[in-house]
Amino acid sequence: MSAPLLQVEHLSKSYGGVQAVRDVSFTLRAGEILALIGPNGAGKSTCFNMLNGQVRRDSGRVLIGGRDTAGLSPRRVWALGVGRTFQITATFASMSVRENVQVGCLSHQGALGRLAGYAGARAREEAEALLALVGMEDAAERPCGELAYGDLKRLELAVALSNAPGLLLMDEPTAGMAPADRVDLMRLVAAIARERRIGILFTEHDMDVVFEHADRVMVLDRGRLIAEGAPEAVRRDPLVQRTYLGEGLLYEKGAA
Amino acid sequence: MDFLVVQFLTGLAGASSLFLVASGLSIIFGVTRIVNFAHGAFYMLGAYAAYSLTERWEGALGFWGGIVAAAIGVAAVGALVEVTLLRRIYRAPELFQLLATFGVTLVVQDLSIILWGPEDLVGRRAPGFRSSISILGQQVPSYDLFLIALGPLVLGLIWLLFHRTRFGVLVRAATQDRDMVAALGVNQRWLFTGVFALGVFLAALGGALQLPRDAVSHTMDLRIIVEVFVVVVIGGLGSVAGAYVAALIVAELNAFGILVLPQVSLVLVFAVMAIVLVVRPYGLFGRPEGPPRTGTAGLIRPWRPFSGGERIAVAVGLVAAAALPLVGGSYLLSVGAEIAIFCLFAASLQLLMSAGGIASFGHAAYFGLGSYGAALAAKTLGWPLPAALAAGAALGTAGAALFGWFCVRLSGVYFAMLTLAFAQIAWSIAFQWTSVTGGDNGILGIWPPPWAGSPAAFYWIALALAAGGIAALRVIAFSPFGYALRAVRDSALKAEAVGISRRAVQWTAFVVAGGFAALAGALFAYLKGSVFPDNLAIPLSVDGLVMVLLGGVETVTGAVVGAVLFRALTIVLMSYTDYSKLVLGLLVVVLVVAFPKGVVGSLQGLRPPWRRAAAPPVAVPAR
Repeated sequence: MSAPLLQVEHLSKSYGGVQAVRDVSFTLRAGEILALIGPNGAGKSTCFNMLNGQVRRDSGRVLIGGRDTAGLSPRRVWALGVGRTFQITATFASMSVRENVQVGCLSHQGALGRLAGYAGARAREEAEALLALVGMEDAAERPCGELAYGDLKRLELAVALSNAPGLLLMDEPTAGMAPADRVDLMRLVAAIARERRIGILFTEHDMDVVFEHADRVMVLDRGRLIAEGAPEAVRRDPLVQRTYLGEGLLYEKGAA
Repeated sequence: MDFLVVQFLTGLAGASSLFLVASGLSIIFGVTRIVNFAHGAFYMLGAYAAYSLTERWEGALGFWGGIVAAAIGVAAVGALVEVTLLRRIYRAPELFQLLATFGVTLVVQDLSIILWGPEDLVGRRAPGFRSSISILGQQVPSYDLFLIALGPLVLGLIWLLFHRTRFGVLVRAATQDRDMVAALGVNQRWLFTGVFALGVFLAALGGALQLPRDAVSHTMDLRIIVEVFVVVVIGGLGSVAGAYVAALIVAELNAFGILVLPQVSLVLVFAVMAIVLVVRPYGLFGRPEGPPRTGTAGLIRPWRPFSGGERIAVAVGLVAAAALPLVGGSYLLSVGAEIAIFCLFAASLQLLMSAGGIASFGHAAYFGLGSYGAALAAKTLGWPLPAALAAGAALGTAGAALFGWFCVRLSGVYFAMLTLAFAQIAWSIAFQWTSVTGGDNGILGIWPPPWAGSPAAFYWIALALAAGGIAALRVIAFSPFGYALRAVRDSALKAEAVGISRRAVQWTAFVVAGGFAALAGALFAYLKGSVFPDNLAIPLSVDGLVMVLLGGVETVTGAVVGAVLFRALTIVLMSYTDYSKLVLGLLVVVLVVAFPKGVVGSLQGLRPPWRRAAAPPVAVPAR
């Protein structure tokens, strides 16, 4: 059997005295959608940023397609076929929508070092195909700086797909969007993932989104993985319920 | 051994003044996030004011009263500048803030010449500190010992101010998070004004205290600001303790560097700075900055290559320019060639500023290296014109590759300060290495061969190379590499996430821009027939920045228009007024405050919206 798409072993990170992530291990197979949930400050974003090399890990291993990514910068991780979207959208505001995607495509082709030739005319079909995939082909010529937030999220998705990734890391893909748009976006993401056999790891606060689309759910609390499994099982896990609904009652009982 | 101790004490004394100025800069930056380029100007004003108060009106306040009164008076001037100018640009990009405060520097330079005359002024010795004290058999001026004690004393006073007073606590809080302080109901306006006045007070005090040690001159502002930039880069912006430690390091390196290698004491300081930057990019005591505010507020229109009509217009303009020898005499042709050369220089800087979002405050270094490279190749090696031009371009490119490697490790204001510091080091090498560069006397007699020697022929050569260079820069701006450069500018985080290395891309842009600037400089050497250290001095770097700003920093090659306007304007100004710096400084300030989009940018803004939105027709994919 070949190596899993993403294998995380004993990942840990502390900031000063705070253990943000402690001994987290999990795997993700191609075509699988895995949700990482947990209360604010549970270490989700830290975990995420370690996966793509943005934050240096203290200990543990991350293997992507069987390859250890220790010491790799985000751009090297990207070259391994990992797409990434950000909690707060990051796009190239001075470019048109299509040019944003073209930059991703040109980077994937290794063509960004060229000093001649109009870049706006290159990788045009690829970029337009990706925009069509996320339903933004009509906005291709619009300046990115004037897009609504929901459109920016979809644009980010198109850019993240520009290197034909096998693994997509999405940090709160629907944060800041209207409820109806959230459902649409995640349906789109799920459809693309199934069709292209892309493994997706995402963090999310909207439980509707999580339970509708995730194949598996992991729950992080104070840096520790406290539950993992099918959505229904995780939903019924008493520890998870306590984590989300609070433990105040327990203390009252203990005091009584 | 005894001699070394004395040299050490001299270094300590020098550190005190440096620390006063650097801590003022650091405090201002910590709260307002403005790197106050005019800090050197306030230092100089402090020295001049102290001279007047202690020489002409000595009776009223006495020597020490005069020193303190001078610092307070200059602090009041600083507060006035803050209220009238800086308040308008707190939210502007860093480049604009640096430029506006540089404009203030230019204005102060000419004003101080008007008020105090161009000669150096020598102040009196400090009463009570006129003698020397014998230490280990060597004479040490007692005033030096006073300064040595003063440094830690001021450091302690600043510490007390920041930890024991309400004002100080607010300053520290604002340094950490000024939005939070505003949300807690503190009137930020007066806090900022107070902090600015405090910083200026420290700078002016540093200048006034130099009076007994050194003559007052109208060049001391740029000298100190470069040293202070080095100090805060080493110590970390915003850290007072860092400023003290770094001032000690720099002053001691200066004191001992002169013993070891008199010619290259500056090089030693810069070598230490380079090491610190590689190991700790934000200085010894500094903290990483947030993302730089490079973009201008609001929507940036996506760039488009010239449309067919625009290409025709550019071609017509070029043909008209090429026809100048038919109507103009040799003076006009020489002016025309100079304008063409500066168009290329400004366009090369614009690639960095507009596409790259990084403002080099030392771009003249590469222009000047081009000049020297061409001059040396022509004079000492006897190379023909084309080879000498190529040698100039090669030398500038190599210089940009070396300096740029360090510069791109930083961003925002640190980048700007480091480019300025490197330009200054290039200048001091040209100035001090007399056996090769001729020092102040420059290199003379670099004339083109007969086939290129007539005014018309040289004009055409300059025009052709400038037009070709600008066209190449434009092609680069629209090439895949140009997109990568803009991607890094728009969002370094996102660019990294799609496989783009910020440093590699910005370094390449730095080298390319340096190479074209060097080509312009090489042409300039042949135009003037001579090369001087002025060719890589700070004023020329600032000229370049103003040209880009005048043309429009959001445009692709608007700097060309800016260069034509600016060069023509300075030639006119030179013939009408002796105070061109005053006018230039005011122009910079007005541009930044009232006209930040520049000429070309504003003209584009005037286009009707349907033209603005116009884009090349796209084949809409069939669904």
